[in-house]
Amino acid sequence: MARTAVSGRLAWRVANLAEIRQETATARTLVFDVPGWPGHLAGQHVDVRLTAADGYTAQRSYSLAAPSDGDRLELTVQRVAGGEVSEHLTGPYAVGDPVEIRGPIGGWFVWRPTDPAPVLLVAGGSGVVPLMAMIRARRAAGSRALFRLVYSVRTPADLYYAAELRKPYAGLDVTYVYTRELPDGAPGIPRRISVATLNTASWPTDFGPTTFVCGPTAFVETVADALLALGHSPHSIRTERFGPSRD
Amino acid sequence: MGVITPGFTGRARGGNPRLPPGQYLTEDFPVLSAGPTQRVHLDKWEFAVTTEKGEKRSWSFRELTSLPSEKFTVDIHCVTQWSKLDTRWRGVPVETLIGDLDTEADYVLAHSYGGYTTNLPLADLLDGQAWIAYEYNGKPLTPEHGGPARLLVPHLYLWKSAKWVRGLELATKDEPGFWESSGYHDYGDPWREQRYQGD
Ligand SMILES: Cc1cc2nc3c(=O)[nH]c(=O)nc-3n(C[C@H](O)[C@H](O)[C@H](O)COP(=O)(O)OP(=O)(O)OC[C@H]3O[C@@H](n4cnc5c(N)ncnc54)[C@H](O)[C@@H]3O)c2cc1C
Repeated sequence: MARTAVSGRLAWRVANLAEIRQETATARTLVFDVPGWPGHLAGQHVDVRLTAADGYTAQRSYSLAAPSDGDRLELTVQRVAGGEVSEHLTGPYAVGDPVEIRGPIGGWFVWRPTDPAPVLLVAGGSGVVPLMAMIRARRAAGSRALFRLVYSVRTPADLYYAAELRKPYAGLDVTYVYTRELPDGAPGIPRRISVATLNTASWPTDFGPTTFVCGPTAFVETVADALLALGHSPHSIRTERFGPSRD
Repeated sequence: MGVITPGFTGRARGGNPRLPPGQYLTEDFPVLSAGPTQRVHLDKWEFAVTTEKGEKRSWSFRELTSLPSEKFTVDIHCVTQWSKLDTRWRGVPVETLIGDLDTEADYVLAHSYGGYTTNLPLADLLDGQAWIAYEYNGKPLTPEHGGPARLLVPHLYLWKSAKWVRGLELATKDEPGFWESSGYHDYGDPWREQRYQGD
Protein backbone atom coordinates (compact mmCIF):
# COMPACT_ATOMS: atom_id res chain seq x y z
CA MET A 1 0.00 0.00 0.00
CA ALA A 2 1.27 3.44 -0.85
CA ARG A 3 1.94 5.72 2.05
CA THR A 4 0.20 9.04 2.22
CA ALA A 5 2.48 11.77 3.45
CA VAL A 6 0.95 13.28 6.53
CA SER A 7 2.94 15.84 8.44
CA GLY A 8 1.98 17.27 11.76
CA ARG A 9 -1.46 17.52 13.21
CA LEU A 10 -4.39 17.53 10.82
CA ALA A 11 -5.65 21.06 11.20
CA TRP A 12 -9.26 22.06 11.54
CA ARG A 13 -10.00 24.67 8.88
CA VAL A 14 -12.95 26.98 8.60
CA ALA A 15 -15.12 26.12 5.61
CA ASN A 16 -17.79 28.45 4.28
CA LEU A 17 -20.72 27.09 2.35
CA ALA A 18 -20.61 28.60 -1.15
CA GLU A 19 -23.32 26.66 -2.97
CA ILE A 20 -26.01 24.05 -2.45
CA ARG A 21 -27.15 21.59 -5.13
CA GLN A 22 -30.16 19.50 -4.26
CA GLU A 23 -29.48 15.92 -5.45
CA THR A 24 -32.69 14.26 -4.28
CA ALA A 25 -35.52 15.12 -1.89
CA THR A 26 -33.29 14.09 1.02
CA ALA A 27 -29.71 14.63 -0.16
CA ARG A 28 -27.75 17.69 -1.10
CA THR A 29 -24.31 18.53 -2.37
CA LEU A 30 -22.54 21.19 -0.35
CA VAL A 31 -19.80 23.17 -2.08
CA PHE A 32 -17.36 24.75 0.37
CA ASP A 33 -14.60 27.31 0.20
CA VAL A 34 -11.80 26.13 2.46
CA PRO A 35 -8.87 28.55 2.38
CA GLY A 36 -5.58 26.69 2.54
CA TRP A 37 -7.03 23.30 1.55
CA PRO A 38 -4.03 21.03 0.82
CA GLY A 39 -5.72 18.98 -1.92
CA HIS A 40 -6.89 15.37 -1.84
CA LEU A 41 -7.26 12.12 -3.74
CA ALA A 42 -10.53 10.71 -5.06
CA GLY A 43 -11.96 8.37 -2.41
CA GLN A 44 -10.68 10.23 0.64
CA HIS A 45 -12.98 11.72 3.25
CA VAL A 46 -13.04 14.62 5.70
CA ASP A 47 -14.31 15.11 9.22
CA VAL A 48 -16.89 17.89 9.59
CA ARG A 49 -17.38 19.56 12.97
CA LEU A 50 -20.41 21.60 13.98
CA THR A 51 -20.29 23.79 17.08
CA ALA A 52 -23.40 25.03 18.91
CA ALA A 53 -23.62 28.46 20.55
CA ASP A 54 -22.89 26.91 23.95
CA GLY A 55 -19.72 25.22 22.72
CA TYR A 56 -21.16 21.71 22.22
CA THR A 57 -19.65 20.03 19.16
CA ALA A 58 -20.51 17.07 16.96
CA GLN A 59 -18.35 15.67 14.21
CA ARG A 60 -18.94 13.14 11.43
CA SER A 61 -17.07 11.80 8.41
CA TYR A 62 -18.12 12.65 4.84
CA SER A 63 -16.54 11.51 1.58
CA LEU A 64 -15.20 14.06 -0.87
CA ALA A 65 -17.53 14.04 -3.87
CA ALA A 66 -15.25 15.70 -6.40
CA PRO A 67 -11.52 15.72 -7.15
CA SER A 68 -9.26 18.38 -5.75
CA ASP A 69 -9.96 21.87 -7.11
CA GLY A 70 -8.00 24.61 -5.33
CA ASP A 71 -9.75 25.78 -2.18
CA ARG A 72 -13.10 24.27 -3.20
CA LEU A 73 -14.46 20.99 -2.03
CA GLU A 74 -17.75 19.16 -2.38
CA LEU A 75 -19.59 16.78 -0.09
CA THR A 76 -22.95 15.10 -0.63
CA VAL A 77 -24.94 14.52 2.52
CA GLN A 78 -27.93 12.21 2.85
CA ARG A 79 -30.44 13.10 5.54
CA VAL A 80 -30.76 10.36 8.16
CA ALA A 81 -34.04 10.64 10.07
CA GLY A 82 -33.21 11.77 13.59
CA GLY A 83 -29.56 12.25 12.61
CA GLU A 84 -27.83 14.93 14.62
CA VAL A 85 -25.45 16.22 11.95
CA SER A 86 -27.05 15.22 8.65
CA GLU A 87 -30.38 16.82 9.57
CA HIS A 88 -28.64 20.12 10.13
CA LEU A 89 -26.53 19.93 6.97
CA THR A 90 -29.53 19.04 4.80
CA GLY A 91 -31.89 21.44 6.59
CA PRO A 92 -31.17 24.80 8.22
CA TYR A 93 -27.57 24.95 7.03
CA ALA A 94 -27.33 27.86 4.56
CA VAL A 95 -24.91 29.53 2.16
CA GLY A 96 -22.39 31.63 4.11
CA ASP A 97 -22.64 29.50 7.28
CA PRO A 98 -19.31 28.15 8.54
CA VAL A 99 -18.39 24.66 9.67
CA GLU A 100 -14.96 23.26 10.45
CA ILE A 101 -13.38 20.61 8.28
CA ARG A 102 -10.23 18.58 8.58
CA GLY A 103 -8.58 16.16 6.23
CA PRO A 104 -8.08 14.68 3.80
CA ILE A 105 -8.25 11.30 5.51
CA GLY A 106 -7.70 7.78 4.19
CA GLY A 107 -5.02 6.39 1.93
CA TRP A 108 -6.46 3.02 0.97
CA PHE A 109 -9.88 3.59 -0.56
CA VAL A 110 -8.43 5.90 -3.21
CA TRP A 111 -8.03 5.93 -6.96
CA ARG A 112 -5.03 7.59 -8.62
CA PRO A 113 -5.31 8.79 -12.24
CA THR A 114 -1.89 7.25 -12.97
CA ASP A 115 -3.29 3.76 -12.37
CA PRO A 116 -4.16 2.15 -15.73
CA ALA A 117 -6.00 -0.92 -14.34
CA PRO A 118 -9.71 -1.30 -15.16
CA VAL A 119 -11.94 -0.18 -12.34
CA LEU A 120 -15.26 -1.52 -11.10
CA LEU A 121 -17.23 0.80 -8.82
CA VAL A 122 -20.17 -0.63 -6.88
CA ALA A 123 -22.35 1.86 -5.03
CA GLY A 124 -25.27 1.40 -2.68
CA GLY A 125 -27.24 4.62 -2.09
CA SER A 126 -25.07 7.44 -0.76
CA GLY A 127 -22.08 5.12 -1.19
CA VAL A 128 -21.84 6.56 -4.68
CA VAL A 129 -20.22 9.74 -3.30
CA PRO A 130 -16.53 8.72 -3.16
CA LEU A 131 -16.99 6.68 -6.35
CA MET A 132 -18.28 9.76 -8.15
CA ALA A 133 -15.12 11.57 -7.07
CA MET A 134 -13.17 8.80 -8.86
CA ILE A 135 -15.29 9.13 -12.02
CA ARG A 136 -14.78 12.88 -12.00
CA ALA A 137 -11.06 12.53 -11.31
CA ARG A 138 -10.73 10.16 -14.27
CA ARG A 139 -12.45 12.68 -16.52
CA ALA A 140 -10.46 15.64 -15.20
CA ALA A 141 -7.17 13.81 -15.76
CA GLY A 142 -8.11 12.50 -19.21
CA SER A 143 -7.37 8.97 -17.96
CA ARG A 144 -8.13 6.08 -20.31
CA ALA A 145 -8.57 3.55 -17.50
CA LEU A 146 -11.78 1.62 -18.19
CA PHE A 147 -14.48 2.29 -15.62
CA ARG A 148 -17.71 0.52 -14.81
CA LEU A 149 -20.19 1.71 -12.22
CA VAL A 150 -22.93 -0.46 -10.75
CA TYR A 151 -25.25 1.83 -8.82
CA SER A 152 -28.01 0.45 -6.62
CA VAL A 153 -30.81 2.72 -5.36
CA ARG A 154 -34.42 2.24 -4.29
CA THR A 155 -36.11 4.30 -6.99
CA PRO A 156 -35.04 6.51 -9.93
CA ALA A 157 -35.79 9.56 -7.76
CA ASP A 158 -33.02 8.47 -5.37
CA LEU A 159 -30.21 8.79 -7.92
CA TYR A 160 -27.50 11.33 -7.14
CA TYR A 161 -25.70 13.10 -9.99
CA ALA A 162 -28.35 11.73 -12.36
CA ALA A 163 -27.91 14.24 -15.19
CA GLU A 164 -24.13 14.00 -15.10
CA LEU A 165 -24.15 10.19 -15.15
CA ARG A 166 -26.67 10.09 -17.97
CA LYS A 167 -24.32 11.96 -20.31
CA PRO A 168 -22.43 9.35 -22.31
CA TYR A 169 -18.77 9.37 -21.52
CA ALA A 170 -16.21 7.23 -23.35
CA GLY A 171 -14.82 4.47 -21.18
CA LEU A 172 -17.49 4.65 -18.48
CA ASP A 173 -20.39 2.18 -18.38
CA VAL A 174 -23.15 2.58 -15.84
CA THR A 175 -25.51 -0.19 -14.72
CA TYR A 176 -28.43 0.81 -12.52
CA VAL A 177 -30.07 -1.54 -10.06
CA TYR A 178 -33.42 -0.43 -8.65
CA THR A 179 -34.59 -2.24 -5.56
CA ARG A 180 -38.12 -0.80 -5.14
CA GLU A 181 -39.31 0.93 -8.29
CA LEU A 182 -38.10 0.95 -11.91
CA PRO A 183 -38.03 3.97 -14.24
CA ASP A 184 -41.28 4.46 -16.20
CA GLY A 185 -41.60 1.94 -18.99
CA ALA A 186 -38.49 -0.04 -18.04
CA PRO A 187 -38.88 -3.80 -18.42
CA GLY A 188 -38.39 -6.27 -15.59
CA ILE A 189 -39.02 -6.00 -11.88
CA PRO A 190 -37.19 -4.28 -9.03
CA ARG A 191 -34.41 -6.47 -7.64
CA ARG A 192 -31.37 -6.41 -5.44
CA ILE A 193 -27.82 -6.66 -6.64
CA SER A 194 -26.79 -10.31 -7.02
CA VAL A 195 -23.98 -12.53 -8.20
CA ALA A 196 -25.67 -12.48 -11.61
CA THR A 197 -25.65 -8.67 -11.77
CA LEU A 198 -22.00 -8.58 -10.87
CA ASN A 199 -21.12 -11.42 -13.20
CA THR A 200 -22.51 -9.36 -16.06
CA ALA A 201 -21.22 -5.98 -14.96
CA SER A 202 -17.81 -6.74 -13.48
CA TRP A 203 -14.52 -7.14 -15.32
CA PRO A 204 -13.12 -10.59 -15.98
CA THR A 205 -10.67 -11.36 -13.20
CA ASP A 206 -7.79 -11.79 -15.64
CA PHE A 207 -8.06 -8.08 -16.57
CA GLY A 208 -6.64 -7.39 -13.11
CA PRO A 209 -9.35 -4.91 -12.13
CA THR A 210 -9.50 -2.90 -8.95
CA THR A 211 -12.92 -2.85 -7.33
CA PHE A 212 -14.23 -0.18 -4.98
CA VAL A 213 -17.41 -1.01 -3.06
CA CYS A 214 -19.17 1.58 -0.92
CA GLY A 215 -22.52 1.70 0.82
CA PRO A 216 -24.35 0.46 3.88
CA THR A 217 -22.73 -2.46 5.67
CA ALA A 218 -25.08 -5.22 4.51
CA PHE A 219 -24.74 -4.05 0.90
CA VAL A 220 -20.95 -4.04 1.05
CA GLU A 221 -20.91 -7.51 2.64
CA THR A 222 -23.17 -8.93 -0.08
CA VAL A 223 -21.21 -7.39 -2.93
CA ALA A 224 -17.78 -8.31 -1.56
CA ASP A 225 -18.88 -11.91 -1.01
CA ALA A 226 -20.31 -12.11 -4.54
CA LEU A 227 -17.08 -10.77 -6.03
CA LEU A 228 -15.05 -13.35 -4.10
CA ALA A 229 -17.43 -16.05 -5.38
CA LEU A 230 -16.76 -14.83 -8.92
CA GLY A 231 -13.04 -15.37 -8.36
CA HIS A 232 -11.82 -11.85 -7.64
CA SER A 233 -8.87 -11.77 -5.29
CA PRO A 234 -9.54 -10.24 -1.88
CA HIS A 235 -6.65 -7.84 -2.45
CA SER A 236 -8.34 -6.32 -5.50
CA ILE A 237 -11.50 -5.42 -3.56
CA ARG A 238 -11.52 -2.25 -1.48
CA THR A 239 -14.48 -1.46 0.68
CA GLU A 240 -15.87 1.46 2.61
CA ARG A 241 -18.87 1.04 4.87
CA PHE A 242 -21.00 4.04 5.75
CA GLY A 243 -23.90 2.98 7.79
CA PRO A 244 -24.64 1.12 10.96
CA SER A 245 -25.84 -2.48 10.80
CA ARG A 246 -28.34 -4.53 12.74
CA ASP A 247 -26.91 -7.74 14.03
CA MET B 1 -14.03 27.13 21.22
CA GLY B 2 -14.57 26.35 17.55
CA VAL B 3 -16.42 28.37 14.97
CA ILE B 4 -20.14 28.46 15.73
CA THR B 5 -22.47 27.12 13.08
CA PRO B 6 -25.61 29.27 13.25
CA GLY B 7 -28.73 27.37 14.21
CA PHE B 8 -26.92 24.19 15.23
CA THR B 9 -27.96 23.07 18.69
CA GLY B 10 -26.93 19.42 18.70
CA ARG B 11 -28.66 16.52 20.33
CA ALA B 12 -26.53 14.51 22.72
CA ARG B 13 -25.92 16.36 25.97
CA GLY B 14 -23.95 16.05 29.17
CA GLY B 15 -24.24 12.46 28.37
CA ASN B 16 -22.85 9.25 29.54
CA PRO B 17 -19.57 9.34 31.48
CA ARG B 18 -18.62 6.08 29.78
CA LEU B 19 -18.61 7.75 26.37
CA PRO B 20 -15.23 9.21 25.34
CA PRO B 21 -15.41 12.70 23.80
CA GLY B 22 -16.90 12.85 20.32
CA GLN B 23 -18.39 9.35 20.52
CA TYR B 24 -22.06 8.47 20.21
CA LEU B 25 -23.79 5.41 21.50
CA THR B 26 -24.94 2.66 19.19
CA GLU B 27 -27.00 -0.43 19.88
CA ASP B 28 -25.91 -1.94 16.56
CA PHE B 29 -22.62 -3.58 15.94
CA PRO B 30 -21.32 -1.78 12.86
CA VAL B 31 -18.85 -3.60 10.64
CA LEU B 32 -15.84 -1.69 9.40
CA SER B 33 -12.90 -3.11 7.53
CA ALA B 34 -10.73 -2.25 4.55
CA GLY B 35 -11.77 -5.10 2.29
CA PRO B 36 -13.99 -8.16 2.12
CA THR B 37 -14.70 -10.20 5.19
CA GLN B 38 -12.05 -12.93 5.48
CA ARG B 39 -13.34 -16.44 5.90
CA VAL B 40 -10.68 -18.61 7.47
CA HIS B 41 -11.30 -22.31 7.75
CA LEU B 42 -10.92 -23.53 11.31
CA ASP B 43 -8.76 -26.51 10.26
CA LYS B 44 -6.31 -24.18 8.52
CA TRP B 45 -6.35 -21.51 11.20
CA GLU B 46 -3.16 -20.97 13.13
CA PHE B 47 -2.12 -18.28 15.56
CA ALA B 48 1.55 -17.56 16.31
CA VAL B 49 3.60 -15.33 18.54
CA THR B 50 7.14 -14.61 17.34
CA THR B 51 9.89 -12.78 19.18
CA GLU B 52 12.42 -10.31 17.82
CA LYS B 53 14.94 -13.17 17.83
CA GLY B 54 12.70 -15.37 15.69
CA GLU B 55 11.51 -17.68 18.44
CA LYS B 56 7.97 -18.82 17.59
CA ARG B 57 5.07 -20.40 19.39
CA SER B 58 1.86 -21.36 17.63
CA TRP B 59 -1.59 -22.77 18.30
CA SER B 60 -4.29 -24.43 16.24
CA PHE B 61 -7.82 -23.25 16.91
CA ARG B 62 -8.48 -26.26 19.09
CA GLU B 63 -5.28 -25.63 21.05
CA LEU B 64 -6.17 -21.98 21.52
CA THR B 65 -9.66 -22.67 22.75
CA SER B 66 -8.46 -25.28 25.21
CA LEU B 67 -6.21 -22.75 26.96
CA PRO B 68 -7.63 -21.11 30.09
CA SER B 69 -9.99 -18.40 28.85
CA GLU B 70 -11.73 -15.42 30.39
CA LYS B 71 -15.21 -14.08 29.96
CA PHE B 72 -15.22 -10.32 30.01
CA THR B 73 -17.60 -7.42 29.43
CA VAL B 74 -16.12 -4.23 27.99
CA ASP B 75 -17.01 -1.00 26.20
CA ILE B 76 -15.64 -0.62 22.68
CA HIS B 77 -14.97 2.57 20.73
CA CYS B 78 -14.58 2.96 16.97
CA VAL B 79 -12.69 5.88 15.43
CA THR B 80 -15.75 6.46 13.20
CA GLN B 81 -17.36 7.66 16.41
CA TRP B 82 -19.66 4.95 17.62
CA SER B 83 -19.21 3.33 20.97
CA LYS B 84 -20.90 0.22 22.23
CA LEU B 85 -21.22 -0.49 25.93
CA ASP B 86 -21.12 -3.77 27.82
CA THR B 87 -20.12 -6.04 24.97
CA ARG B 88 -19.59 -9.64 26.15
CA TRP B 89 -16.68 -11.75 24.95
CA ARG B 90 -14.62 -14.81 25.70
CA GLY B 91 -10.95 -15.13 24.89
CA VAL B 92 -7.44 -15.95 25.98
CA PRO B 93 -5.47 -13.13 27.63
CA VAL B 94 -2.54 -12.10 25.45
CA GLU B 95 -0.33 -12.47 28.50
CA THR B 96 -1.01 -16.21 28.56
CA LEU B 97 0.14 -16.51 24.94
CA ILE B 98 3.30 -14.53 25.46
CA GLY B 99 3.97 -16.64 28.54
CA ASP B 100 7.63 -16.88 29.38
CA LEU B 101 8.94 -16.15 25.88
CA ASP B 102 12.34 -14.54 26.07
CA THR B 103 11.90 -11.02 24.73
CA GLU B 104 13.12 -7.49 25.14
CA ALA B 105 10.51 -6.11 22.80
CA ASP B 106 8.55 -2.96 23.62
CA TYR B 107 6.27 -3.17 20.57
CA VAL B 108 3.98 -5.58 18.82
CA LEU B 109 2.80 -5.74 15.25
CA ALA B 110 -0.45 -7.69 14.99
CA HIS B 111 -0.90 -9.54 11.68
CA SER B 112 -4.21 -10.67 10.19
CA TYR B 113 -5.34 -13.12 7.56
CA GLY B 114 -5.77 -10.89 4.50
CA GLY B 115 -2.67 -8.83 5.24
CA TYR B 116 -3.96 -6.24 7.70
CA THR B 117 -1.50 -5.10 10.36
CA THR B 118 -1.62 -2.78 13.36
CA ASN B 119 1.03 -1.74 15.87
CA LEU B 120 0.77 -1.44 19.64
CA PRO B 121 3.05 -1.05 22.63
CA LEU B 122 3.52 -4.48 24.23
CA ALA B 123 2.63 -3.02 27.64
CA ASP B 124 -0.88 -2.30 26.35
CA LEU B 125 -1.48 -5.98 25.70
CA LEU B 126 -0.49 -7.22 29.16
CA ASP B 127 -2.06 -7.07 32.65
CA GLY B 128 -5.56 -8.10 31.59
CA GLN B 129 -5.91 -5.36 28.96
CA ALA B 130 -6.09 -7.50 25.81
CA TRP B 131 -7.33 -10.85 24.59
CA ILE B 132 -7.44 -13.11 21.58
CA ALA B 133 -11.24 -13.30 21.54
CA TYR B 134 -13.23 -16.06 19.87
CA GLU B 135 -16.73 -15.69 21.33
CA TYR B 136 -19.06 -12.72 21.21
CA ASN B 137 -22.33 -12.65 23.13
CA GLY B 138 -21.98 -16.31 24.01
CA LYS B 139 -21.59 -17.46 20.40
CA PRO B 140 -18.61 -18.17 18.16
CA LEU B 141 -17.29 -14.92 16.74
CA THR B 142 -18.72 -14.43 13.24
CA PRO B 143 -16.46 -13.62 10.28
CA GLU B 144 -17.88 -10.07 9.95
CA HIS B 145 -16.61 -9.28 13.41
CA GLY B 146 -13.27 -10.95 12.92
CA GLY B 147 -13.93 -14.63 13.61
CA PRO B 148 -12.61 -17.23 14.18
CA ALA B 149 -10.58 -14.95 16.47
CA ARG B 150 -9.62 -11.33 16.81
CA LEU B 151 -7.37 -9.28 18.98
CA LEU B 152 -9.40 -7.21 21.45
CA VAL B 153 -7.83 -4.18 23.09
CA PRO B 154 -10.87 -2.29 24.37
CA HIS B 155 -9.01 0.71 25.78
CA LEU B 156 -7.83 1.74 22.30
CA TYR B 157 -9.85 2.60 19.18
CA LEU B 158 -11.16 -0.55 17.60
CA TRP B 159 -8.90 -0.53 14.52
CA LYS B 160 -6.17 -1.72 16.92
CA SER B 161 -8.27 -4.82 17.70
CA ALA B 162 -7.22 -6.63 14.54
CA LYS B 163 -9.89 -8.90 13.08
CA TRP B 164 -8.95 -12.34 11.71
CA VAL B 165 -5.77 -12.14 13.71
CA ARG B 166 -3.09 -14.70 12.85
CA GLY B 167 -0.15 -13.57 14.89
CA LEU B 168 1.67 -11.13 17.09
CA GLU B 169 5.19 -10.14 16.12
CA LEU B 170 7.23 -8.79 19.03
CA ALA B 171 9.66 -6.06 18.02
CA THR B 172 12.14 -3.68 19.57
CA LYS B 173 11.16 -0.93 17.12
CA ASP B 174 7.74 0.63 16.51
CA GLU B 175 6.56 0.06 12.92
CA PRO B 176 3.30 1.65 11.76
CA GLY B 177 0.61 -0.81 10.62
CA PHE B 178 -2.04 -0.54 7.91
CA TRP B 179 -4.12 2.45 9.03
CA GLU B 180 -1.25 4.03 10.93
CA SER B 181 0.70 4.28 7.63
CA SER B 182 -2.15 6.21 6.08
CA GLY B 183 -2.45 8.89 8.66
CA TYR B 184 -4.17 7.34 11.65
CA HIS B 185 -2.72 7.87 15.10
CA ASP B 186 0.12 5.66 16.26
CA TYR B 187 -1.52 4.90 19.64
CA GLY B 188 -5.27 5.58 19.33
CA ASP B 189 -6.56 6.48 22.81
CA PRO B 190 -10.31 7.27 22.53
CA TRP B 191 -10.27 9.34 25.73
CA ARG B 192 -7.68 11.66 24.21
CA GLU B 193 -9.34 11.54 20.76
CA GLN B 194 -6.16 10.28 19.12
CA ARG B 195 -7.74 9.73 15.73
CA TYR B 196 -5.09 10.93 13.31
CA GLN B 197 -1.33 11.46 13.39
CA GLY B 198 -0.36 14.28 15.68
CA ASP B 199 -3.65 14.34 17.65
C1 LIG C 1 -15.66 7.14 5.96
C2 LIG C 1 -17.09 7.59 5.98
C3 LIG C 1 -17.59 8.34 4.91
C4 LIG C 1 -18.92 8.78 4.91
N1 LIG C 1 -19.37 9.50 3.83
C5 LIG C 1 -20.66 9.92 3.81
C6 LIG C 1 -21.16 10.66 2.67
O1 LIG C 1 -20.43 10.94 1.70
N2 LIG C 1 -22.47 11.06 2.70
C7 LIG C 1 -23.28 10.77 3.76
O2 LIG C 1 -24.46 11.19 3.73
N3 LIG C 1 -22.84 10.06 4.84
C8 LIG C 1 -21.55 9.64 4.90
N4 LIG C 1 -21.09 8.94 5.99
C9 LIG C 1 -21.99 8.75 7.16
C10 LIG C 1 -21.91 9.99 8.07
O3 LIG C 1 -20.62 10.04 8.68
C11 LIG C 1 -22.93 9.99 9.24
O4 LIG C 1 -22.86 8.75 9.90
C12 LIG C 1 -24.35 10.23 8.78
O5 LIG C 1 -24.46 11.50 8.13
C13 LIG C 1 -25.32 10.19 9.98
O6 LIG C 1 -24.92 11.15 10.93
P1 LIG C 1 -25.99 11.91 11.79
O7 LIG C 1 -25.27 12.76 12.78
O8 LIG C 1 -26.97 12.60 10.92
O9 LIG C 1 -26.75 10.73 12.51
P2 LIG C 1 -26.53 10.24 14.00
O10 LIG C 1 -27.12 11.23 14.92
O11 LIG C 1 -25.12 9.89 14.18
O12 LIG C 1 -27.39 8.95 13.95
C14 LIG C 1 -26.80 7.69 13.62
C15 LIG C 1 -27.81 6.57 13.70
O13 LIG C 1 -28.60 6.65 14.84
C16 LIG C 1 -29.97 6.72 14.48
N5 LIG C 1 -30.59 7.74 15.32
C17 LIG C 1 -30.36 9.05 15.25
N6 LIG C 1 -31.08 9.67 16.15
C18 LIG C 1 -31.81 8.74 16.83
C19 LIG C 1 -32.74 8.79 17.87
N7 LIG C 1 -33.08 9.92 18.43
N8 LIG C 1 -33.26 7.62 18.30
C20 LIG C 1 -32.91 6.47 17.75
N9 LIG C 1 -32.03 6.37 16.75
C21 LIG C 1 -31.50 7.51 16.29
C22 LIG C 1 -30.03 7.16 13.07
O14 LIG C 1 -31.16 6.66 12.40
C23 LIG C 1 -28.78 6.55 12.54
O15 LIG C 1 -28.98 5.23 12.19
C24 LIG C 1 -19.77 8.47 6.00
C25 LIG C 1 -19.27 7.72 7.07
C26 LIG C 1 -17.95 7.28 7.08
C27 LIG C 1 -17.45 6.45 8.25
